[in-house]
Amino acid sequence: MSWTKNVLRVDLTSRNVNREPLNMEWAQEYLGQRGLATRYLVEEVDPMVDALSPDNKLILTTGPLTGTMASTGGRYSVVTKSPLTGAVACSNSGGYIGAELKAAGWDMIIVEGSAPSPVYLYLENDHAELVDAGEIWGTSVWATDQWLHTRYQDPLLRIACVGRAAEQGCLYAGVINDLYRAAGRSGVGTVMASKNLKAVACRGTLGVGNIKDPARFLTATAQGKQVLAENAVTGQGLPTYGTQVLMNVINEMGALPTRNMREVQFEGAHKISGEAMHEPRATDGKPNLTTNAACFGCTIACGRISTMDQGHFTIEHKPQYWGASGGLEYEAAWALGTDTGVDDLEALTYANYLCNEDGFDPISFGSTVAAAMELYGMGVITTEDTGGVDFSFGSAKALARAAEMTATGEGFGKVLGMGSRRLCEKYGHPDLSMTVKSQEFPAYDPRGIQGMGLAYATSNRGACHLRGYTVASEVLGIPEKTDPLVTEGKAELVKAFQDATAAVDSSGLCIFTTFAWTLDDIAPQIDAACEGDWNMDKLLEVGERIWNLERDFNLRAGLTGKDDTLPKRLRKEAANVGPAKGMVNELEQMLPRYYEIRGWTPDGTITEETRTRLGL
Amino acid sequence: MLKALKLEPQHCTGCMQCEMACSYENEGVFNPAKSRIKVFTFHEAGRFAPYTCTQCEEAWCMHACPVEAITLNAQTGAKEVADAVCVGCKVCTIACPFGTVNYNQATGKVIKCDLCGGDPWCAKACPTGAITWTDADQTGFQRMYAWAQQSPAGEASYILPQKKDPAAYGPSA
Amino acid sequence: MDHVIVGAGPAGIIAAETLRKHDTDCGITIIGDEPEPPYSRMAIPYLLAKQIDEAGTYLRKHDRHFDELGIEIVRDRVTGVDATANSLALESGASRGFDKLLIATGSRPATPPIDGVASPGVLPCWTLCDARRIIEWARPGAEVVLIGAGFIGCIILEALATRGATLTVVESADRMVARMMNATSANLIRKWCEHKGVTVHTGATVTAIEQGRAGGTLAVALDNGTTLNANLVITATGVNPNIEFLDGSGIDTAQGMRVNNQLQSSVADIYAAGDVAEGIDFSTGGHAVHAIQPTAAEHGRIAASNMAGHTSRYHGSVIMNVLDTMGLISSSFGLWDGADGGDATELVDPARYRYLNLQFEDDRLVGANSLGVTEHIGVIRGLIQTRVKLGKWKDKLMQDPTRVMEAYVARTQAIGYNAHVL
Repeated sequence: MSWTKNVLRVDLTSRNVNREPLNMEWAQEYLGQRGLATRYLVEEVDPMVDALSPDNKLILTTGPLTGTMASTGGRYSVVTKSPLTGAVACSNSGGYIGAELKAAGWDMIIVEGSAPSPVYLYLENDHAELVDAGEIWGTSVWATDQWLHTRYQDPLLRIACVGRAAEQGCLYAGVINDLYRAAGRSGVGTVMASKNLKAVACRGTLGVGNIKDPARFLTATAQGKQVLAENAVTGQGLPTYGTQVLMNVINEMGALPTRNMREVQFEGAHKISGEAMHEPRATDGKPNLTTNAACFGCTIACGRISTMDQGHFTIEHKPQYWGASGGLEYEAAWALGTDTGVDDLEALTYANYLCNEDGFDPISFGSTVAAAMELYGMGVITTEDTGGVDFSFGSAKALARAAEMTATGEGFGKVLGMGSRRLCEKYGHPDLSMTVKSQEFPAYDPRGIQGMGLAYATSNRGACHLRGYTVASEVLGIPEKTDPLVTEGKAELVKAFQDATAAVDSSGLCIFTTFAWTLDDIAPQIDAACEGDWNMDKLLEVGERIWNLERDFNLRAGLTGKDDTLPKRLRKEAANVGPAKGMVNELEQMLPRYYEIRGWTPDGTITEETRTRLGL
Repeated sequence: MLKALKLEPQHCTGCMQCEMACSYENEGVFNPAKSRIKVFTFHEAGRFAPYTCTQCEEAWCMHACPVEAITLNAQTGAKEVADAVCVGCKVCTIACPFGTVNYNQATGKVIKCDLCGGDPWCAKACPTGAITWTDADQTGFQRMYAWAQQSPAGEASYILPQKKDPAAYGPSA
Repeated sequence: MDHVIVGAGPAGIIAAETLRKHDTDCGITIIGDEPEPPYSRMAIPYLLAKQIDEAGTYLRKHDRHFDELGIEIVRDRVTGVDATANSLALESGASRGFDKLLIATGSRPATPPIDGVASPGVLPCWTLCDARRIIEWARPGAEVVLIGAGFIGCIILEALATRGATLTVVESADRMVARMMNATSANLIRKWCEHKGVTVHTGATVTAIEQGRAGGTLAVALDNGTTLNANLVITATGVNPNIEFLDGSGIDTAQGMRVNNQLQSSVADIYAAGDVAEGIDFSTGGHAVHAIQPTAAEHGRIAASNMAGHTSRYHGSVIMNVLDTMGLISSSFGLWDGADGGDATELVDPARYRYLNLQFEDDRLVGANSLGVTEHIGVIRGLIQTRVKLGKWKDKLMQDPTRVMEAYVARTQAIGYNAHVL
């Protein structure tokens, strides 16, 4: 079984908390987490609602393998309608809170309405209560975490909360858990703050016990762990360098979007790479990286724990940043560094700390800063707008100040908090916004990795690498190598990745396992744990169903096939250097085929036949 | 040769596989709250430390038990709690100076590490070798201390998963 | 070598077993005055609660345990000690010689000086014999008055409630468990008891116990003017070491039998262990009677080592207790009331009945009180008894005392030195 079969419904408006049974029919169709929560969202939320109104709902959801011994079985997701994109949002996070929610006996928490004044949700197994959060409203994630730990005298209390960025309306604020783990993208934290919900604090001591076939589950998960340990990426690359293992690789293949994606290679990449994090600093002889760290249940341990140089200009008078904390992942290092042209590893680490401390997405933030820097270079944005800060590409000082201002919503931070699309529109240059469906790009240039262009354009939550990571195939050769510079076969590749990812995101497992695992490795683990028959084909079908369900929500929210596009720059301005020199992304060569194999009409709507086939 | 649990915190990533293995083997549930081994997180230092009963020679818990509910397993060296005998007086929980005997309010008994009868699941489940089941004479604190002292301060540590035969995780034959 | 042990409680039994480990040939005789096999008074609350039978209280479960170890158990009562002749006078009239003698006669409940305290239906709760009579009297619906809200008074509340008795507690001090818990935590225990339906009088003394008007009931008069009806009165006003039989022996006694750091009395061949011994208090360095199970066990082992000729020195016992009052678990350690000039920190969460108080001397932990906190609680003893210098961790604990286990792991395991940052 693995599901606890309990849903906690929290009505903030009336302050009622109630338990209800999980819809097990849906669980068989959507598995859990991303899929199942989206099913609830579709059922309960009108896609046309204002994302920041009380009519929107926020769902915190675990998967059936969350809290079990399956490697990486600690994931949880936050599902809602995004204020950034207007589309469905599902942000996935690790750390420990997912397993804690599950151990407390909950598959899912559905938060609805809006509290008249700030509250937090306290959970201790089946005890759930809304508590006044007046004392922590207006404080950071880290301060909130400390306050709650002190309040409950329990070092093992797990906390997910929003920081000041979310309270200030930053449209890409995340929900941060365990100090430095984030349901980071699409502004799920903004929705949480709009409901006056500051935090969810949870202690679960019931555990997860309802495994269908325990002996088979232990064997299947053990085999899975062996595969992870023996794989070069999950067994060596990720623990050693984290996702930052990619910085130099992607740069060399000319697919590292640089300075608001004007260029595709960054001359400073080696200074901010995973390798650089290991190098002793010239200043104090210590490396940026302190150690790697695991999320709950994870045998990969790609997490970065960094310790900054105490003498660095950003923190020399701020001892609160002298201890170790969550360090740079690849996407963050890229957005904060490459995309802004900043090659100061310590400044990037500082900005990343602030993203964690006050809860905002470093990808969207970095990309928005990059857009602002380009506009600054053009003279469109001036120091009058920025509060006197020189916003030139490459300025570590500008990056640090931008992070500080965005964290608290002061001055220019309020503008940066709107995201790249709104910022560029405000200054009259919408084409300079590197976004799809208003969400900022991650760190793979679709001119050098063609499939990613299609993945970005069709992603249900806007530009995102985690909705169909064809990089695995096009760059790393997983499960098999495809040529990143061709468009042929990419529609099929993208669809396969999208569907498989949707299934994995619904299981409680981490998508990073798929560097080593295929659904053939994952299905036996789910099947041994969960009632029903779970084989690879069923998982792919579930994934496809989820993908179409999300798509359907977006179409009903007013998005159309016209939104499945890329910024003009990526379609018209060719890569200037590297293997992809002279190339643009050939989206239009892939999109029609993609629609076709999806069973959609040429304008991107879902056909009745497809609906029937998937049972939508 | 008598074997013992060897804990090497410098290899720990904080993944909690040990806690899940322990609770599953002993309580039939994946539940860190019921684990006899605990991983402590030192966030500001970026360190993790697994910790459990060392089956110490002094056996404070065993000697303090008023009803002989804690006895020595001569084969494993473990001090084991007999649930049927334990009355739940909790004296052992305050007597153990290592804090590794805990009261379980749900059952009214105490719980502590019993080395899983000589096949400790935490060691089997640890992906990085932070917990190993090894010859007893290789464990002492002094060795750990000496190792730690040699470890140059400040060097980045990265902990790799070890390749293990999946059978190693499975139920013992 | 002929070893004689007076007293068949935990200290005596552990001493006998330890002697046998050291010397396979020596004679070991335990003289005890109760008819049952050696048993644990600690287990009596669980007998009253019907969780175990009488056999469940026995210190050793195996029938032939003592025979197999060659330990002779004699039922008799020692009435006098001739310390120069190495001889004991017994109640049976015989005398018994010894090469080495261990006095482990324990303690017995104080009888409060109250008129009518000898009435039928007024009992202490100390021996199995007492327990049987309590079981007989504490029938469903019985009104039970406990005189004294100390450790024993509190720990049997749940058992009596389980038996369906209506409970009233009368305590002369200003709070419950005053010798173990500070006012804040004791008041929470009181609130908890009251919430569970127990009537609690503090600062009140019983002045008389008389036969009540109704048949078979007692009238318990308090100095605050209240009179309580009772079917059963249990006296639990503390215990005193059994040392009277030493009068005239020349053995040094004060509150208990004075012993040095080898548990040796003022007479070279005579040792003492457990509740009867006034041994070294780890926290103060002075002498004190610590009538607790862990001290009895340690005393027994160390005394026996020394009797067997293996010099073993004792650093003293840390006073500590763990108490379950109707499901609310409290504990106390060492100088819970504070050290002169030391710092203290506390966290109070009355709504959840959680409380933690830590007492420091410089950067070392010297005492604690806790309520509702059981996880890793023993580490408080560890920190106190190994005098761990907490360094930076003291400040962390001052801010958040719940991190006490982390502090211990950080300061004692290799991890603490690994990064040079803790």
